[in-house]
Amino acid sequence: MAEKLMTPTEAVASIESGMTIGIGGWGSRRKPMALVRELLRTDVTDLTVVAFGGPDVGLLAAAGKIRKLVYGFVSLDSIPLDPLFTQARERGELDVEEYDEGMFVAGLRAAAARLDFLPIRAGLGSDVLPANPRVATIASPYSDDVYVAMPALPLDVALIHMNRADPQGNGQFLGPDPYFDDLFAMAATSTIMSAEKVVPTEQLLHDSSFHTLLISRMFVSSVVETPRGAHFTTCEPDYDRDEAFQRHYVESAKDPEPWTAFTQRFLSGNEQNYHDAVEAFHQTEGAK
Amino acid sequence: MTSDVTRAEVCIAACADTYRESGEVLAHAVGIVPTLGARLAKLTSAPQIVLTDGEAFLMSTPPPLGKSASGGGVIEGWAPFRRIFDILATGRRQSMMGASQIDRFGNQNISLIGDWAQPSRQLIGVRGAPGNTANHRVDYWISRHSPRIFVESVDMVSGVGNDRARAAGPALKYHHLGAIVTNLAVFGFDADGRVMLRSIHPGVDPDEVARNTGFPVDVQNVPLTRIPDAEEVRLVREVLDPRGARSREVPD
Repeated sequence: MAEKLMTPTEAVASIESGMTIGIGGWGSRRKPMALVRELLRTDVTDLTVVAFGGPDVGLLAAAGKIRKLVYGFVSLDSIPLDPLFTQARERGELDVEEYDEGMFVAGLRAAAARLDFLPIRAGLGSDVLPANPRVATIASPYSDDVYVAMPALPLDVALIHMNRADPQGNGQFLGPDPYFDDLFAMAATSTIMSAEKVVPTEQLLHDSSFHTLLISRMFVSSVVETPRGAHFTTCEPDYDRDEAFQRHYVESAKDPEPWTAFTQRFLSGNEQNYHDAVEAFHQTEGAK
Repeated sequence: MTSDVTRAEVCIAACADTYRESGEVLAHAVGIVPTLGARLAKLTSAPQIVLTDGEAFLMSTPPPLGKSASGGGVIEGWAPFRRIFDILATGRRQSMMGASQIDRFGNQNISLIGDWAQPSRQLIGVRGAPGNTANHRVDYWISRHSPRIFVESVDMVSGVGNDRARAAGPALKYHHLGAIVTNLAVFGFDADGRVMLRSIHPGVDPDEVARNTGFPVDVQNVPLTRIPDAEEVRLVREVLDPRGARSREVPD
């Protein structure tokens, strides 16, 4: 079997300009932020990003990586709006497909099942349909109902972050919500899975029940160990959201000058430099 | 007002009243006053409704206000986001959402202000509003009743209003708008699906309601919103919201 365990740089090297990238997690929760930061360090561009968006979307949009964004929402949860996303929208520079959350899930399910579409009631009567002219409706063969035919959202690559993984690509979530990470993986041609900790397979169930085994290695091509790899989003129970740092991100993102300073300070080096800078931030201005 | 009951407490009772005929459904509530309304309903007029912690858990006893299940309460079920979409498609759910704009047919917008291609203000996105309104009863909570929110037409229909639902045909047979509770009044809908006043909160001048609604509403001969009884007020003050978070959303 091919070796799946690799460094973030090796894993992200499989992403090419123009690809469609799905990003797991939800809002500012268990986002594969280390992989996103690694993507920021490449010259990859022209991406279609598919996500229940959080700071992953804000950062990639601000870096000019996104040609098209497919989303149900973009939010930081404890702070409703991500300024980098709203600014990009208000400048009119993003090609967007905005869906109802249920439609978005139906699109991933259709892709995972290798279908062109799945019928759903959500979207009918709303402006989601006129805003997305490629979305058609379909008459039920069994009644007078007409449903939305939610098109499949197939992904070239999915990026997800788990609490634990084994080197073969089995992934484990230990928090309260799996989000849709397994669905992202199944809707993708290949999946890069980062994890807080990579452990031998026989240790996966040492402290937790089998219900936590969300991701099967069948759907994973690369495994990357990234301690604090979801920072500053939540990764329960390993850590909560870094609210002080998220506030700093939002405050910095509101204007170009502090944003340049933010990127210089936190995003100009490697992953270890990032975590060192975050540590320094907490020592000086940001109480945890 | 003839008692010491606050405006926020009147609003909470009005939100609680939206569950009187709901049956055993999941109560989804966005905001402090709607959350307290659902919790009050469960303790009084609608004990069968199912509460959540706003995260992944169904709660037979809710956690302290603003906390998730890890902060206390009694868990009775697990409903991560994926299961929420499955539940709402069954119809066993009722939502009270907010609105950045709402029109006279109850079309709601939370997505953006201005033009779709280049909005003047990008908001949070349509979220689940299209699917909620397509699948189960939806009510709205407006904490600051103003003509900027109650508008002639909304910039992006997120939650579907009555006119749009009728035009969409039989697939929207489960569309059901209930009430719009605001800090000034309670609206329902007339036979044509238009917003109509159902009650005005005690102490509110009817002209204030008319002035703050961006389309014509008849404010004549409208009854007063009911004042919660002593037991409801006690539950809100002593059990559900002892720290008075409700006055952050509706000042005393």
